[in-house]
Amino acid sequence: MNNKYDVVVIGGGPAGLASAIAARQNGAKSVLIIERDKELGGILNQCIHNGFGLHHFKEELTGPEYAGKYIDEVDKTDIDILLDTMVIEITPDKMVYCSSSIHGYLMIQAKSIILNMGCRERTRGAIAIPGTRASGVFTAGAAQRYVNIEGYMPGKRVVILGSGDIGLIMARRMTLEGAKVLAVVEVMPYSNGLNRNIVQCLHDYDIPLYLSHTITDIVGKSRVEKVVVSKVDENRNPIKGTEMEFDCDCVLLSVGLIPENELSNELGIEMDPRTHGPIVYENMETSMEGVFASGNVVHVHDLVDFVSLESEKAGMGAGRYVSNGEVSKNRVVRTINGDNISYVVPQYVRKDNVEKSVELSFRVRRPTQQVNIVVKDGDTIIAKFKKEHVVPSEMEKVSIPKILLEKADKELVVSIEEDT
Amino acid sequence: MRELICITCPKGCHLKVDEENDYKVTGNGCPRGAIYGKKECTHPTRVVTSTVKIVGAEIERLSVKTNGDIPKEKIFDVMKELNRVVVKAPVHREDVIVSDICGTGVDLVATKDL
Amino acid sequence: MYDCIIIGAGISGCSLAFELSKYSGKVLWLEKNNDVADETTKANSAIIHAGYDPELDTLMAKYNIWGNKIIPTLCKDLDVPCKNIGSLVVGFSEEDDRTIEMLYKRGVQNGVENQRIIKQPELSVMEPNLNPDCTSALYAPSACIINPWQFAIALSEVAIQNGVELRLNEEVTSIKKDGDIFIVNDTYKAPLVVNCAGVMCDHVTGLIKKPDYKITPNKGEYYLLDKSQGNMVHHVIFQCPTKIGKGVLVAPTVDGNLIVGPTSTNTDANDYSTTSAGLKIIRENAVKSVPNMKLQENIRTFAGLRARSDTKDFIIGEDKDVHNFFLIAGMASPGLSSASAIALDIVRMMQEKDYFLNLKKDYVSTRKVVRFKEMSHEQRKEYIEKHPEYGRIICRCETISEGEIIDAIRRSPKPVSLDGIKRRCNAGMGRCQSGFCGPRVQEILANELGVSQLDIVLDKNGSYILCGRTKENGDE
Repeated sequence: MNNKYDVVVIGGGPAGLASAIAARQNGAKSVLIIERDKELGGILNQCIHNGFGLHHFKEELTGPEYAGKYIDEVDKTDIDILLDTMVIEITPDKMVYCSSSIHGYLMIQAKSIILNMGCRERTRGAIAIPGTRASGVFTAGAAQRYVNIEGYMPGKRVVILGSGDIGLIMARRMTLEGAKVLAVVEVMPYSNGLNRNIVQCLHDYDIPLYLSHTITDIVGKSRVEKVVVSKVDENRNPIKGTEMEFDCDCVLLSVGLIPENELSNELGIEMDPRTHGPIVYENMETSMEGVFASGNVVHVHDLVDFVSLESEKAGMGAGRYVSNGEVSKNRVVRTINGDNISYVVPQYVRKDNVEKSVELSFRVRRPTQQVNIVVKDGDTIIAKFKKEHVVPSEMEKVSIPKILLEKADKELVVSIEEDT
Repeated sequence: MRELICITCPKGCHLKVDEENDYKVTGNGCPRGAIYGKKECTHPTRVVTSTVKIVGAEIERLSVKTNGDIPKEKIFDVMKELNRVVVKAPVHREDVIVSDICGTGVDLVATKDL
Repeated sequence: MYDCIIIGAGISGCSLAFELSKYSGKVLWLEKNNDVADETTKANSAIIHAGYDPELDTLMAKYNIWGNKIIPTLCKDLDVPCKNIGSLVVGFSEEDDRTIEMLYKRGVQNGVENQRIIKQPELSVMEPNLNPDCTSALYAPSACIINPWQFAIALSEVAIQNGVELRLNEEVTSIKKDGDIFIVNDTYKAPLVVNCAGVMCDHVTGLIKKPDYKITPNKGEYYLLDKSQGNMVHHVIFQCPTKIGKGVLVAPTVDGNLIVGPTSTNTDANDYSTTSAGLKIIRENAVKSVPNMKLQENIRTFAGLRARSDTKDFIIGEDKDVHNFFLIAGMASPGLSSASAIALDIVRMMQEKDYFLNLKKDYVSTRKVVRFKEMSHEQRKEYIEKHPEYGRIICRCETISEGEIIDAIRRSPKPVSLDGIKRRCNAGMGRCQSGFCGPRVQEILANELGVSQLDIVLDKNGSYILCGRTKENGDE
């Protein structure tokens, strides 16, 4: 442990593990991972269900196993690790201030920094559900930690708001542990979770899913006693007269994730209001030279495999930055949302830094069948990809070969066109 | 003809299984879908992931999984069996915690080092 | 036998306990909840008003002006966040201009100092995010923002240190009189009783006589927005009161968030629920003052109760029928701004009756707490070397260390709930709303109190968080 590193990685979850390894393999001579928890692995440690790693390891792993494989890799290297240590502040001169009861208050000078802080859950406050302040309302992730790591039950009769994957997974998990899950309630007319999770988490256990419904009241003096669920119209406003009551002692919220960018904001890097994450270039470098970001801190992913992949890119970028210096910004194209697209990452591509191809990740705004994903610059079509269906809950990726990318002058507009 | 959503991977292919024609599967994106489709219509199975009590570790629960598919109707038997298990640290990933759990022929293994 | 029994541990009770604790005399203090400052004091606009609002010659006017003068110093002594940022009552029309003129005059008569009517373009310079349609505003530089529950808790901590005996979870259900001595709950005896039971004041008075006033709990709902919105305004922004209502205020909080509200609906004493109708009213009204504010950056909605009296003023002093039975009742707005002054006045009234005449030789009147967040990098380094527990950050959103949490638990009154910790040191106040730190705080609390994590409540008694352990029903 010293106080100067080539690369300092903020966060030891799946993103941090992958970027640290990649940075070390690509030119960084000293790498440090700073993790706030007492162990590496991040949120994967509480995701004890399987379904991870099919892309990356070509086998179906549980969260802790996926993390374990990466931790084994890190252990084989000389990457330094600080556990139980919270990064308090990062400054533009790349000083990292962090605090720990074991290591004290540390001020570490980095040549390059990779932001891998992940994301946090939206809370009851964020969606302003009316009702009392009774106990028994948890985010699904907080409940997951209680059940899977600490071995506590947060409730016995449960209503889940939001059909994101964590909500679906927790519906099954609570059921297996003896709780009764009365309903999963989703405000949108479609689920935000993977189809496989609807099947194996809800259908397997006869848990009803109410689409186009929301919780309109939480009742209970000290502990939740009841929730009122109402149907919503196409503008997501509750329809009077459609109220249903569920007697429950627990509400779990799976209502979205937000990139955790407190440190990025204080650092002053440029942010994208669409993703709530930093604006990044093709190699995951942010608007601040030598500061990289990847994983859920940039945009919320649905598959950890893609977090790893993206983080390898960031790690490689950081490794090359410390050995080769700055990348030329001579020829930059910007990526832009076209029709039915909510965001595109990376936001900028430096054409001179693309070797073979550049990968664009994006999400659609609404589910659509039989589409073409079209990438254009003005009227010039750069690339076109056929796809059977696209849904907002699944991140899409297209890869644009360098040769096609060269055709773009200023912009890459990504849009979804229905195939007629 | 039975319609299913494949749960083998996050893609979630929409399968059609012809029950009259030796459970022939269409709509699958890969061979695993064909296997799943037939199995789901004949003897559905699942992998169970859960926790067991652990003593002597930093935390009090160890994450575990069945090291293979078990019959779907045995899920709650397995869960009940897990309630009785107490493991002593240290434990390593892939260590067998209970062999042949509930007579399924499948082992329960640790998914984490503790 | 005690010299005085205080009923209620909101801001009124805390202020009085603090002042009385400086004098020789035995004080017993009863509170029905498991913590102090757990009702009206924890859910309000968190403002020390300048004092132009109360009608002339009311107790509200008198104590508000007096309180406004003494609270900033008191907060400094007690290490309680309080910022003198001033307030603006903004107007959009000629009618509003007349109201502002009227408020200005009333302020002058009440004794508010340094008020000024501000016009455009100065107004937009002072508050760039204010609706440009605002034509004028009453500027009252003496208004402050405060952390009300930390204020009350600090007062109670010092009071207890000075010897006041606080009994939590002790609801007052009977008050009798035996000659000159009150007997409370058939157990506690004292010649003086002070009723500062907030929304339950009339009920407590009813235990000794037929109440001659009625308290109607009046609910105010609020939004609390993320710190990303905290710089939206730099003063407390009020709207002009009209026939329809008082309008909603927008103000920064001492923690850097933005508070928006309140509504006003009569309700019952246990109703702390927010409603979709109430929240809608806030949304619609707030944007009139500050159109650019992002309400989707909300981190919490909450509701608080005003203890409104049908006498339309505070009820302060000795009851007119029951000798030595004192009231601090009807403490609706500006109750928070007034409580400190009222406490001084009640002590004076008791002294006129020859009680609490002698200051203790060694009483405490200040308090200091450690706040990791406010230290410089060098101070942190030095402090953590000596006290490693301040190095472990438990609440990321608010940067609160384990040391601060343990320190809060070891002070008296001892917090027993997650919200008790939140009120004392802000852990869980931030944007993740304790999603991350909640379980950790729970663990620290359980360890320090020597109880199981299952026994830790969220807030009031009965608000249990966990309902058992997994893997515990093996034989079922």
